Amino acid sequence: MSTAAGTMDHHDHDHHHHAPSGITRWLFTTNHKDIGSMYLWFSFIMFLLGGSMALVIRAELFQPGLQLVDPHFFNQMTTVHGLIMVFGAVMPAFTGLANWMVPMMIGAPDMALPRMNNWSFWILPFAFAILLASLFMEGGGPAFGWTFYAPLSTTYSSDSTALFVFSVHIMGISSIMGAINVIVTIMNMRAPGMTYMKMPLFVWTWFITAFLLIAVMPVLAAAVTMVLTDKYFGTSFFDAAGGGDPVMFQHIFWFFGHPEVYIMILPSFGIVSAIIPAFSRKPLFGYASMVYATAAIAGLSFLVWAHHMFTTGMPVAAALFFMYCTMLISVPTGVKVFNWVATMWRGAITFETPMLFALAFVILFTIGGFSGLMLAITPVDFQYHDTYFVVAHFHYVLVTGAIFSIMAAAYYWLPKWTGHMYNETLAKWHFWVSLISVNVLFFPMHFVGLAGMPRRIPDYALQFADINQIVSIGAFVFGLSQLIFLVVVVKCIRGGEKAPAKPWEGATGLEWTVPSPAPYHTFDTPPEVK
Amino acid sequence: MSDNQATPNSPPNSGPVVKRLLLVVVGMFGFGFALVPLYEVFCEITGFNGRTSNEAAAVNTRAVDTSRSINVQFITRVNQSMPWDFQPEVKSVRVHPGETKVVNFLVENRTGNNMVAQAIPSVAPGEAGLYLNKTECFCFEQQPLAAGDTTAMPMQFYLDPEIPAHIHTLTLQYTLYDITANATPDVLATMLAN
Repeated sequence: MSTAAGTMDHHDHDHHHHAPSGITRWLFTTNHKDIGSMYLWFSFIMFLLGGSMALVIRAELFQPGLQLVDPHFFNQMTTVHGLIMVFGAVMPAFTGLANWMVPMMIGAPDMALPRMNNWSFWILPFAFAILLASLFMEGGGPAFGWTFYAPLSTTYSSDSTALFVFSVHIMGISSIMGAINVIVTIMNMRAPGMTYMKMPLFVWTWFITAFLLIAVMPVLAAAVTMVLTDKYFGTSFFDAAGGGDPVMFQHIFWFFGHPEVYIMILPSFGIVSAIIPAFSRKPLFGYASMVYATAAIAGLSFLVWAHHMFTTGMPVAAALFFMYCTMLISVPTGVKVFNWVATMWRGAITFETPMLFALAFVILFTIGGFSGLMLAITPVDFQYHDTYFVVAHFHYVLVTGAIFSIMAAAYYWLPKWTGHMYNETLAKWHFWVSLISVNVLFFPMHFVGLAGMPRRIPDYALQFADINQIVSIGAFVFGLSQLIFLVVVVKCIRGGEKAPAKPWEGATGLEWTVPSPAPYHTFDTPPEVK
Repeated sequence: MSDNQATPNSPPNSGPVVKRLLLVVVGMFGFGFALVPLYEVFCEITGFNGRTSNEAAAVNTRAVDTSRSINVQFITRVNQSMPWDFQPEVKSVRVHPGETKVVNFLVENRTGNNMVAQAIPSVAPGEAGLYLNKTECFCFEQQPLAAGDTTAMPMQFYLDPEIPAHIHTLTLQYTLYDITANATPDVLATMLAN
């Protein structure tokens, strides 16, 4: 039984066979831990790639005028940076964490649909290969922004748009398969006694996220398909001359797009809700309210899409409806922030790196939430719309929100994944350099945006020069400091202090009952949950 | 555990859940496309987005409300790839609600080619669109014009007497698009035969 082909059929449920080695282990694996690791590595590579594109943008914007790249390439960089970070970095990182942690947290031996799991990962590299290849084609890659508004993506786009469309289709199929897997796993594979209201919040938030994914990723697929037929097959979904409407594109896109932004933040809430109690050595305050708040945010996310479109000329009644619904979201979000703070209240807090990232998440995500609240106010949105204020807002919620929570999760569970403690000194360096540089990078963007600097431009008025230089310096420091993270992770995989089964004193949950590193197969016999 | 089980870890009952979730996925893909007609209907019913009906309205049978009059302004523009000249005969007219008026729009095909145009209307404020009834409009049909020709395209309308009192001015804008490439095949042929 030494050939890979011979063992792959049943290695995933039989301890006595050796797992196939080499590349076939990764190609054919149906093991949730292997697939989780591949997702996490893939997302980290994409993070560095998308980050380098951001650095091209920041290098060009270091001073006014056109220096390094031509405007068309600049537009391709903003577009592909956005697409890669959303679909290649944040979403696969969360899917990777779900793969690793959800089965272990609910006491399941694996994901419910292990073969589909393998597929949903392995189509992703192809999707991004197609997208990146389009950059090298004649006429360039997508340059219409990650939101691909018609008619930019139809009438005015380059010939490679079909590649963009197909790569988004594949990314969508991958996310949908991942989401179905998570839902089926959570519904069917919980250990005896693991009732819904006993599930860790990471599981709950992912459960709700997965429903959002299967609800809106197909709508994105429909939108890109309409762009495809408008551009290549003569339909007029978004072309007024043929009876269509370009504003309708924005409605369809943001009907997907707004739930999508919660897809990228709800799992973060779950991560932070695991880490803060662990390092405060207190149980999470308000568990049930956390679950209901997550569900409320997910429900409301379907009623707020047009707040991205206040300047399209909407009737006052509609603008008010979307404004109030948007502001309403701050209520369940406020419940969550309150619960995290209340969890820490009078706790015996220690500040290991996961906790530092989680704390930074709570504070900086809240700043992003507040600027979101400002943007929600229709009359003032006319000033902020399409300025750097918007860029500052969504980078606060996505970088210091989603990405910081992913970093927190990585540090929190690295001992469980590798069996070694990571280097706390280096990790703290990573945290502090990231924390300072990320604020140098994104905080001044608020001011330059309020002063009127539009987003997605390669050149700008002279009065914005100083702030843009500061921002660019922050960007390069932040980008390079992520290499410290790479060093920490690689060192932790290679060796380091042996990690006990439960390296964090206050941590709770089934994942800490198995040894570190977690064996290839866990919970073959389901644990009893009391 | 036997080796011939395909997916030993998936419990036997995951099939129904997967099927239901796949139905949701297919349904939402369809819903994405269904948003197109839903959007049309929604805009038509509410007048959001400055839509007006694409079909001729019935001739007014209700009394003309001479107690007030509304200023109806006309704006014309051509899409950037459209080389025609396009002007309203008058910039604005004052009408009583219920009163029927005809306004001509003048076009000139300044190219050396026979072309077909389509005019797309938009009304501001959006809610007024519901009360603008066009009994005849060049925008209902594709408009062919031979190279170098000029013509006057008529539009006949009346405002519904129910139009809210707070609307004193209504702006009707037409954008002209070049649809020669996608025009109904016989439109040009019919024109040339005449």
